[in-house]
Amino acid sequence: MAKYKQYILVCGGTGCTSSGSNDIIDLFNKTLEAKNLKNDVQVVRTGCFGFCEQGPIVKVIPDNTFYVRVTEKDVEEIITEHIVKGRKVHKLLYEEPVAKEKIEDSKSMPFYKKQERIALRNAGVINPELMEEYIAHDGYMALANALTNMTQDEVIKTVLDSGLRGRGGGGFPTGLKWSFARKASGTQKYVVCNADEGDPGAFMDRSVLEGDPNSVIEGMALAGYAIGANKGYVYIRAEYPLAVERLKIALAQAREFGFLGNNILGTDFSFDIEIRLGAGAFVCGEETALIHSIEGYRGEPTTKPPFPANSGLFNKPTLINNVETFANVAIILLKGSDWYRERGTEKSPGTKVFALAGAINNVGLVEVPMGITLREIVFEIGGGIRNGKKFKAVQTGGPSGGCIPSEYLDTPIDFDNLSALGSMMGSGGMIVMDEDTCMADISKFYLQFTVEESCGKCSPCRIGNVRLLEMLEKITSGRGTPDDLDKMKSLGKVIKDSSLCGLGQTAPNPILSTLHYFENEYIAHVQDKKCPAGACKNLVRYEINKDKCVGCTACARVCPVEAIKGEIKKPHEIDQDKCIKCGACYATCRFGAISKI
Amino acid sequence: MSKIKNINDLIKLKNAAQDKLFIRTAADSKSKITLKVAMGTCGIAAGAKETYNKLVEIIDEKKLNNIVVVQTGCMGYCHAEPTVEVNEPGKDSILYGKITSEKAADLIEKHILNGELLQDSIVGETHQRAE
Repeated sequence: MAKYKQYILVCGGTGCTSSGSNDIIDLFNKTLEAKNLKNDVQVVRTGCFGFCEQGPIVKVIPDNTFYVRVTEKDVEEIITEHIVKGRKVHKLLYEEPVAKEKIEDSKSMPFYKKQERIALRNAGVINPELMEEYIAHDGYMALANALTNMTQDEVIKTVLDSGLRGRGGGGFPTGLKWSFARKASGTQKYVVCNADEGDPGAFMDRSVLEGDPNSVIEGMALAGYAIGANKGYVYIRAEYPLAVERLKIALAQAREFGFLGNNILGTDFSFDIEIRLGAGAFVCGEETALIHSIEGYRGEPTTKPPFPANSGLFNKPTLINNVETFANVAIILLKGSDWYRERGTEKSPGTKVFALAGAINNVGLVEVPMGITLREIVFEIGGGIRNGKKFKAVQTGGPSGGCIPSEYLDTPIDFDNLSALGSMMGSGGMIVMDEDTCMADISKFYLQFTVEESCGKCSPCRIGNVRLLEMLEKITSGRGTPDDLDKMKSLGKVIKDSSLCGLGQTAPNPILSTLHYFENEYIAHVQDKKCPAGACKNLVRYEINKDKCVGCTACARVCPVEAIKGEIKKPHEIDQDKCIKCGACYATCRFGAISKI
Repeated sequence: MSKIKNINDLIKLKNAAQDKLFIRTAADSKSKITLKVAMGTCGIAAGAKETYNKLVEIIDEKKLNNIVVVQTGCMGYCHAEPTVEVNEPGKDSILYGKITSEKAADLIEKHILNGELLQDSIVGETHQRAE
């Protein structure tokens, strides 16, 4: 059989799929067929390339040409120009935002240069729906080797020595968790994969499952062997249809190839995995709540101890790790703990996947060695702040984390440093904020989320967070008093100390960290009744400068509530009673005559 | 697909699977050597397509896992088609002319494997790429 000489990789992650990558794949196939190139060029639907900002992504191999924002209209040109004649389609190449240069080879993109992909090693490289491609990239070699040549304790020791820490947020040493579950007494044990990724703006786990589901399955099987479990569950939210679909395909293929089921690879180890769909409750990311949800009960947390390692699912010893943690396991066992420790820091070895979002040029998924600085992520990989605005803060850890201001941009990122700054690693959401973001407003956003997602079991979280939210609403609408700031601080501490589970214990973090780093902003809200960032509508006024206004009527025409009056060629005026502060006039004025006060 | 019975079966399967994905893994290789075959109208008329296919075939046969063959537009040496440019990391590129499919084997054997230049086929004074 003739071999393919060129490959067209098209991103099949959720982001690119929703911008139409499936239609692009179909069209590529049709066009190749029509031009009789079907035997020379193969179209591959891969997992996420991480460069979601510029999707749909198309990469041509072997010359590693990286095309961005490809549409169906471009397919014909890519084939006739690039595939047939070897001429790159320049208009589709990625343009580096700082130097304004078109980049031909994906290897030289700043976005990828600083990244090191371990958990995402196969995402964007293989077709996640073909077992052969995973196997070609050393898939299931770690499992085969462990089952044939390693004892259970040796497997645990390797994971322990690697220093891998739980990637779901807490950062608990994975090997230690495994050894607790191994030592727990009982013949029936379970392995659970927490794929209930719930932070707003986080999509690391989804992308791992979509791009390389087998790496998670292999990690779970290895964990099963190490602790002596024969059954695993993946708890995944139903809002991730594509990830669920790919996982199902991968599970079926793994059974077919004999990587799951009875007597795996001819040994007496048996292991199988079932999927459990969650209904998307944030609290079910907490391990005890997750266990109850799998059992069929209401997703509410219970007190620890007993820890799941001793009494978890159906009261049996249970090991729970998150998706990204499992995705790291196979490669650690294959290449050894020393290899893994070559990257990252002493206490947080390895790499971490972050979902980079917010006011940044290169929104997307990045995997970087621990110890990299926030500055490198934001300004080198992320390409800096959008529209040339000023950096203000970066929010890490989602609703449980906090905001880190520019003074700490050079802090090396690892679990401990982020906690010391009053934020946390969390599952890896990273939202970059520019000067237009109001810190009180952003805290309100996160608190609204936790208030909605609180399960209501314990009062500090159920009642306390609502009170905090009320105070924030007061402050952002201009009715706050300096007293409120002190009250928020003390109530926040009480909620942290007395809540039952991680959700309540971390819910006040966004407020406490912004109060700590941006207290002046809160004071401006309560004392001067001003929002320095101009984001809180009730505290903003738009005014027209009579000297600059030329009377072009542009503002009056865009005003949705007809609050702007004035004759042509004469200065206009805003009726403050009618104004809804939408900012349309401000954005429209070409003479800089409208100011936001 | 029958179930995989042991680690040796898996290794066999892996090698077979890697074989299929040969070109894709080579594209990511650090010591990647790129052979550019000029495939303008003149090149194709002079047999560049055959040269290209032959190169891919030989590389595949010899399992040279760090070489990729790409096609480019006309390099301007229409008198010497088919032309093949060899780009090795850290070295100046070398342009060969009149590389017919028969000579393709020579190029791989001598230049790539033994490091000897094919003196008779070098096109003199290659142009420097505009940086």
